[in-house]
Amino acid sequence: MKTMKLVMVGNGMAGVRTLEELLKIAPGLYDITVFGAEPHPNYNRILLSPVLAGEQTLDEIVLNPLSWYAEQGITLHAGRKVVQIDRVKRLVRADDGSEAAYDRLLLATGSHPFILPVPGRDLPGVIAYRDIADTQAMIDAATRYRHAVVIGGGLLGLEAANGLMRRGMQVTVVHIQPWLMERQLDDVAGRLLQKSLEDRGLKFLIGAQTQALLAGANGRVAAVQFKDGTEVPADLVVMAAGIRPNTDLAEACGLHCARGVVVNDTLQTITDPRIYAVGECAAHRGIAYGLVAPLFEQGKVCATHLGQFGIGRYTGSQTSTKLKVTGIDLFSAGQFMGGAGTEEIVLSDPAGGVYKKLVLRDDKLVGAVMYGDTVDGSWYFKLLREGRKVADIRDHLMFGESNIGDAGHLGQNKALAMADSDEVCGCNGVTKGAICKAIKERGLFTLDEVRKHTKASASCGSCTGLVEQLLMFTAGGDYSASPKRKALCGCTELGHQAVRDAIREHHLLTVDSVYRWLDWRTPNGCATCRPAVNYYLISTWPKEAQDDPQSRFINERSHANIQKDGSYSVIPRMWGGETSAEELRRIADVVDKYQIPTVKVTGGQRLDMLGVKKEDLPAVWHDLGMPSGHAYAKALRTVKTCVGSEWCRFGTQDSTQMGKDLERALWRMYAPHKVKLAVSGCPRNCAEAGIKDVGVIGVDSGWEIVIAGNGGIKTEVAQFLAKVKTADEVLEYSGAFLQLYRLEGWYLERTVHYVHRVGLDHVKRRIVEDAAGRQALWEQLQFALDGEPDPWFDFERAQVDLRQFQPVAPAAAGAVAAAPASAHDKALA
Amino acid sequence: MKRWTPICGVAEIPLLGARRVQRERGLPVALFRTAEDHVHALLDRCPHRGGPLSQGIVFGTAVACPLHNWTIEFADGQARAPDQGCTPVFACKVEAGQVFLDADELATLALDLAAPLAGPCRHATA
Repeated sequence: MKTMKLVMVGNGMAGVRTLEELLKIAPGLYDITVFGAEPHPNYNRILLSPVLAGEQTLDEIVLNPLSWYAEQGITLHAGRKVVQIDRVKRLVRADDGSEAAYDRLLLATGSHPFILPVPGRDLPGVIAYRDIADTQAMIDAATRYRHAVVIGGGLLGLEAANGLMRRGMQVTVVHIQPWLMERQLDDVAGRLLQKSLEDRGLKFLIGAQTQALLAGANGRVAAVQFKDGTEVPADLVVMAAGIRPNTDLAEACGLHCARGVVVNDTLQTITDPRIYAVGECAAHRGIAYGLVAPLFEQGKVCATHLGQFGIGRYTGSQTSTKLKVTGIDLFSAGQFMGGAGTEEIVLSDPAGGVYKKLVLRDDKLVGAVMYGDTVDGSWYFKLLREGRKVADIRDHLMFGESNIGDAGHLGQNKALAMADSDEVCGCNGVTKGAICKAIKERGLFTLDEVRKHTKASASCGSCTGLVEQLLMFTAGGDYSASPKRKALCGCTELGHQAVRDAIREHHLLTVDSVYRWLDWRTPNGCATCRPAVNYYLISTWPKEAQDDPQSRFINERSHANIQKDGSYSVIPRMWGGETSAEELRRIADVVDKYQIPTVKVTGGQRLDMLGVKKEDLPAVWHDLGMPSGHAYAKALRTVKTCVGSEWCRFGTQDSTQMGKDLERALWRMYAPHKVKLAVSGCPRNCAEAGIKDVGVIGVDSGWEIVIAGNGGIKTEVAQFLAKVKTADEVLEYSGAFLQLYRLEGWYLERTVHYVHRVGLDHVKRRIVEDAAGRQALWEQLQFALDGEPDPWFDFERAQVDLRQFQPVAPAAAGAVAAAPASAHDKALA
Repeated sequence: MKRWTPICGVAEIPLLGARRVQRERGLPVALFRTAEDHVHALLDRCPHRGGPLSQGIVFGTAVACPLHNWTIEFADGQARAPDQGCTPVFACKVEAGQVFLDADELATLALDLAAPLAGPCRHATA
């Protein structure tokens, strides 16, 4: 079959990103030809403002050098404008008469600046602010002329004005609306911004209506005249009154356009299925996006369809804005103007130059405007996208992420205040400087890209907020994050919930059937989705779904914890943290017999034997004669206890027995992530129940149950669930909560994050208020755990593949077979 | 000319799993079995921090290292981008359900690579 031809009109960021995505998934599928009106390779248009302001050079903002096009085999016609699309003959014609035929056409023509229809708009010295040529013209003008007028006090206009001022011009900004950046700011923030810019030397004419541009003696523009007859001198006029999707070509060839080339969720034009459109020229569900992240999302979806994968739909994006004027911090997102049914939380300190407004509706953040202090912008934007209920954090919502303890390592939370050499990601040792460098040099725009390239925030994730801040400040203002529903992994576009729902609704019982039913992109998944899907199967359909050991991480396959040298650690179960002379003797003997190098007391009140050879594991388990501690599993780990009323002079309840009962009832319980419990016999809480997934605290009149604490990456104090009277109730409430978590938690989501996501109210409704529901959950869990095998002893039922403990030895040297090469030698190097 | 030496049956390797082949000298070789019953052999050592690849999760034509989740391709032993690194590949063939490795490679390839150390022995050698 002949290679198909793909022609792209427009050589900008959205289009080229689409090609990059396409080349990733379907290299060689097309002969690709690109027409670009500008005589440049693809560059980062967002960074034109720093170039104008003299902070970066043109070379630094190139995203794809010419060599990239050559390496990818792409024919690039830079500096040739396409003037006609012939949909019947399926070819495009450029202004120099050259033609290119297409099988698929990708329109990425971007947008036009809106030029005010006033007399004099064609005079020399009147320009728009859109591309490298405009930027260059402004830089040149700044060296020769004195007075500049920028028409339009929006994002682009202010960036242009700031740049021209930085280059020494006297700049007046003309803005017809009542305050600056009215699309992104409310009146208070707009005025604060104006004051701050005036202090720097910009002049403003707010509400002024431009009537004409007047020429001077040399024919160049010399002044701007307003409706009221006044004039201001102008050697340079920059039109920055907005942009319009560039649909000239599309309209000329009969494609339906309405505020952009109208496309469907697969970015196909609704008129001609051979033609796709992405970027600022495309109108998706009535919106033409102008920010980079939505355009990249479009590019990704479009690429999968061009690549004949036929997957992925673009369903729209939420966006946020930041102004790229050094030293001025402002941020806005969502419905920042408020409106019917909304409430506002406002912090205003005009003298200090700080203003923040948060807009809430139905207990959710729906909009935010910030001026002066925007470090929490990315966090608010995240809350907004996720639609998370904020009742529990409402009283300190205004004070930002650092005040709810959700910051990076060492309590660092203000990315801007950090030095380049400061470590952002403590897990992988990545500094702020390294992250910023990668963002700039590799042109990264999303959190995922930063994770892949730098490893920052790729391990424990506690520095995610910091990395998002760095992205926002480094990649330029048009930061907008990924869609709120995150795909489970690269093998699917479905999120955790969708996969889980499908397993329940369609009674899916094997990993394979899930992949087939949900059209997985890969034949057998990846190391991210296989363990997740396997967990969803066994937790949704206990006793029915087939556990797949090859879809489990090594620790759960070998029932021990792998160590950095490939040896393992073994932790036997000690009910409630109590042991005996017999057990200790056996442990000592095992340590001697198998020459185990390290024995360590764990935080969960047990003993850890480290450095066991894999071959020795079954014998070690046998000789220990103690149950598996599941210290290696996403499962119930320990129930930590204090000595309680049996011994302690302060003890009010028998916490040790309560702990043993809980542990015996819940052990072998697999869960989305590890689960740790603790029981204290009095409120002094020696068992540290306040930082456990379920903590039980004895008081004189009964037991208090707290949930969703965490002592790990980020210390989280557990929240009060209920107070009960009897030990049986403790079992029922704890078990029911954990069963709810097993059914609703996403794989690798600890209880603290699960409860954050669904809200404590939801958990209380299901566990505290609904007695029948609670009992049902508790029974479900008991049913699931009943008769579950101990993997250290019942190998067959626990599906422990014993072959893994035995290395294969090659046959003796004499048995070498001189087999001739054959057609079967597929894997031959 | 390769000196093919029989190792084990394909069926002795778990589907989408691995087995380790002990060598007289040097680190073990990991045998991987894909969903299509192809068998591949790599040195049992991740180029990143030396993790035992035989203990990883096998998917498609690659394995995810159990220590830090680098993905190593069977065909060339290369780490999947943006990670960089390469682990030695061993010639491997399957005939009539039997897996063969090259005796010369088993005896000589990648003998210089050692497993990472952990625990008290690190102080003894330091």
